[in-house]
This record gives sequence, C-alpha cells and structure tokens, in this order.
Amino acid sequence: MIQDLVIYLLYIVYALAVLMTFGTVLTWVERKQAAVMSDRIGANRAYVRIPFTQIKLVWLGLFHGLADGLKMLVKEDWRPKTYDWYAYAVAPWVVFTPVLLVFAVIPFGGVLIPAKLFPSLAGFFGDRSYALQIARLDAGLLIVFAFGGMTIIGAMLAGWSSYNKFSMLGALRAGSQMISYELIMGLTVMGLILIYGTVDLTAIVQQQSGILLGFLPAWGIVHQPFAATLFMAAAIAENKRIPFDLPEAESELIAGFYTEYSGMKMGLFMFAEFIEIAIIGALFTTLFLGGYNLPFMSDSGFAFPGGYALPMSHGAVVVTQLVVFLGKILVMSSFQILVRWSLPRFRYDQVLMFAWKFMLPLALANLIVTAIAAWVLA
Amino acid sequence: MSAKYQRKVYWNEPTMTWWERAYLFEILRGLGITSAVFLRNMWRWMTGRKGALTTYYPEETRWDYAKLNRGKHILTQRPDGRPQCVACNMCATVCPAKVIEIDAGFDPTDAAHPKYPIRFEIDYSRCVFCGLCVEACPEDAIRMLKETPGLPRFDRGQMWIAMDELLTWNPQHDVAKPYPVAAAGDKKRGPA
Repeated sequence: MIQDLVIYLLYIVYALAVLMTFGTVLTWVERKQAAVMSDRIGANRAYVRIPFTQIKLVWLGLFHGLADGLKMLVKEDWRPKTYDWYAYAVAPWVVFTPVLLVFAVIPFGGVLIPAKLFPSLAGFFGDRSYALQIARLDAGLLIVFAFGGMTIIGAMLAGWSSYNKFSMLGALRAGSQMISYELIMGLTVMGLILIYGTVDLTAIVQQQSGILLGFLPAWGIVHQPFAATLFMAAAIAENKRIPFDLPEAESELIAGFYTEYSGMKMGLFMFAEFIEIAIIGALFTTLFLGGYNLPFMSDSGFAFPGGYALPMSHGAVVVTQLVVFLGKILVMSSFQILVRWSLPRFRYDQVLMFAWKFMLPLALANLIVTAIAAWVLA
Repeated sequence: MSAKYQRKVYWNEPTMTWWERAYLFEILRGLGITSAVFLRNMWRWMTGRKGALTTYYPEETRWDYAKLNRGKHILTQRPDGRPQCVACNMCATVCPAKVIEIDAGFDPTDAAHPKYPIRFEIDYSRCVFCGLCVEACPEDAIRMLKETPGLPRFDRGQMWIAMDELLTWNPQHDVAKPYPVAAAGDKKRGPA
C-alpha cells in the first residue's frame, strides 16, 4: 500500500504543479495573445536579474506573472466593514478549491506500470499498474459538475458578504448566469453519455481511441459537433469570461462580486479564473478531443485506419500521453483567450435570453436527435 | 392619457440581415479575422520580423517624428570644438521651467568671444521642450534635435545633463553651420 501512497502523492504533486503552472502561464499567454492579435507587442519589461551580474532575463515577458503574484502578495489586505467577515474571508477559497478538485477525476494519461517504466523499481512496485488519474471514480463526470457548481456558492458568498451594492449585483448576476449555463453544460454532455454509455471519464477517453466510419478518429467532437460548440460556449459563460463576463463587468460593476477584495484574496479569484480556463480545456479535451490520446492512438500504440498498426513501448506511450494532454489543454485555453479578445460583451438580458431561449432548446434538440439516433442504431 | 412609448428610430438605425441576426456565423467570421491576424503576426515574428506596429520607446526611434519636432538640446560648436555659447543667459532667462543653469567664464585670449560657459546644464526632468531657449539664443548656440536619444532614464537624478553630453553633436550635413570639421587637422574652416 505504501506504493499506492507514493504513486498518488506523485500524481497530486503533478496535478497541482500543472494547474499552478497553467494558472501563471495563462496570464502571460492571455496578455501576449491579446497583444499579438491587435498588432501590439505585449508585456515584455519584467525581468529577473541574475544576482551579482547585470544579466537580465526577460524571456519575452514571462516573468510578468511572477511580478503580478508578488505584487498581490505584498499589497495591503484592505477589508471592508462587513457584518459577515467570516463569509468574506472564506469566499475566495470556496471559489478556488473546487476548481482545483475538479482535476482529480480528469485522466491525464493512460496506464502507468512503474515496474515496466523503471525496471530497477520492479522489486518495490511488483506488477502493479495505475491509471494516470488521481481518483478513478465511476461517477467522474458527475463529480466534475458537482465541484463546478460549487464555485457559484463562492461567488454568491463574496458578493453578499462584501456589504457593497456593486458586489451584490455582481453576485446576483453570477448566480443566475452560472446556474443557467450549468444546466446547458449538463444537457450538452447528456448526448455524449448516451453515446458512450458511461460517465467514467477514463472509459470515455478509451472509447474515443477507436475509428469511426473507417477513417475518422472516434472523438466526441466528431460524434457531437453541435454539443461541442454548445459546451464550449456554456463553459466560457460558466467561467464568467467575456462575452459572458456580466458578473464582473468593469464598466458597470467595477469588478462585480469581488469589488471589495484586495491583495491576494482578489488574486485568488483571478487565479481561479485562469485555472478554470485550463480545467475547461482539460474537460473539453477529455470529452470531445480524445483526451490524452493522439488520433488513432490507444495505450498500446497507434492503430491507423486500414489495419496499419504502430506499437509503442510503454515509456513512449506514457510520455506521449502526458505531453499530448498538456498540449491539447494549451490549445483549448488559447482558443478561449481568442474568444475573450474577439467578442464584445452581451447585455445582461441577452445573456439569460441566450441561455434559456437559444441554447437550451438547441441542447434539448441535440439530445433528442442523439437519443433517437442511438436508439435506432442500437 | 399616457401615449404608448415609441422608441425613436434613428436615420442610421442598424439593419441586420438574417445571416447577421443568426449570430453564430458572424461570430465565427470574427474569430476567423482575429485568429488570422494572430497567425499573421506570429508568422512575421517567427520569420524574424516584428509582428506589431509598436515601437519600443527608448530603444527604437519612430521614423515618423516631425522634421521640426522639439527633442533633446544640443550646443553648437566653433571650428575648434568649443561651444558657440557666449553665456549671455538669455535662454536661462526665457526658460519657463527654469531648467537651464549657466556659469560664465572669461577668456581674454579670444577677443571675439571673451565670455564662454564653464558650466551649461539642463535638467530634463523638468524641461517642457517648448523650444523658447532656441528662439531666444542670439548666437544659434543651442538647438534641438528631433529625437531624444538617451533621454529616458530610470532615475530622476540622472536626468541632469551637462555640457559634455550637450556638445556631442557632430553634424555631417548642415547648411547653416558647415563646421566643426571632424578632424582637427582639416584646414577647411568655415565662416566664424
């Protein structure tokens, strides 16, 4: 059992490292991508000077994230005179923690057999094999939605406890908007559940390594292109980013439900938002883009259409899967940033109208068509 | 009594086709435009060009500075390299920001210009670049470049610029002052 402990501790460290790195790097990606999209250069002045030398490492402004973090840590932690200081203090963590926890059920690789990877460790690990996933739960997808729904509580807590009308308006908007889009996210995923017949994320990924119609990779986006679009839109709305950033619309509500937060507490909200970009990327990858596998790839190697197979060694498979998963997350995060810097913000009534009068019927129609198709084909 | 509210219809009221009203297609077109710009700029950057319109401010000089832009000051020089300034203090007097400080010296060996500046300093942290010093100078001794080379500094204390830097001007083509000639041994002396 000590082996399990070692492996899972390693997984947890890996997951936390990945998420924190994404949270930091995405702030840089967001700035740089926005700049490049609008013919600018972007943040490029922060540097780290090697001590005792005049060598300044700029690295395309990669250290601006560090500078931001440092700034937030040393800023004054100003607190409003609120009646509910406990809720005020705990709200950032209620937003931040579930975002991290979602990653526990997302598989970031196939199977890891330590003895095969490092023969010198065979005596310690025996023939144990571990799925590259912190918690392999049958109800993986449900856990994702359960934790995803918890961030609403944090936003509402922050808004109510701040004792500020702007915060409260932001919290009300956040509540109605997130609950609306939560529903649509769930409905769009229902189609996938009908096709795959499971909510276990690892099983979903494994089913996507097959071949569809003889030449297409059996990815979720091929099965359900419509649902993928709706899911992405609903996920961006769930994350409260432009074009759905009504809860924190600067021009109307200062910063919405976290107007009254300063220093690292405000930083936690921002950090949670950036990590959630990565989480949405991971979730979209897992559900629609074949997870950690390249097209036609499974845990034993490639099996191309036409019967041509390319077996790979265990080490190569594990490394490829880890890298591919991170790469796909990065691409999806970049896409979300592209959306955020391209589209204008909705009006508030339009946001809810869009959810209930446009996306909900479409999601339901998609579900019905999928159900009929699955029933006919079965 | 209360008439039903009629929203005013403006002459430039936007009218949308069903294609635009469907929202999704135009969204995709917009995303296509922005990502195309992104990819174009990234490609420029990867092929060693600058994928941006931005000019790095202190490091690069904009090409489109006006010809008569009022930038950093320079002190013109006599053929022997001494400043043309006669330390009359007119620029310091007219300066609205009071940034010019001149200490005058006496040189009996030069009968034409016995008065010369020992110290001529400009505090650029306060200079407003109005150009009045250039207007006031009777000797055409102070001019303004169109750029501001080396002026942006990290420290306010470093912006107090003295004569050694103001005298670094070495024009190659100047109709009004065809001197000083580059080398001291050059015999082609211009009019004084």
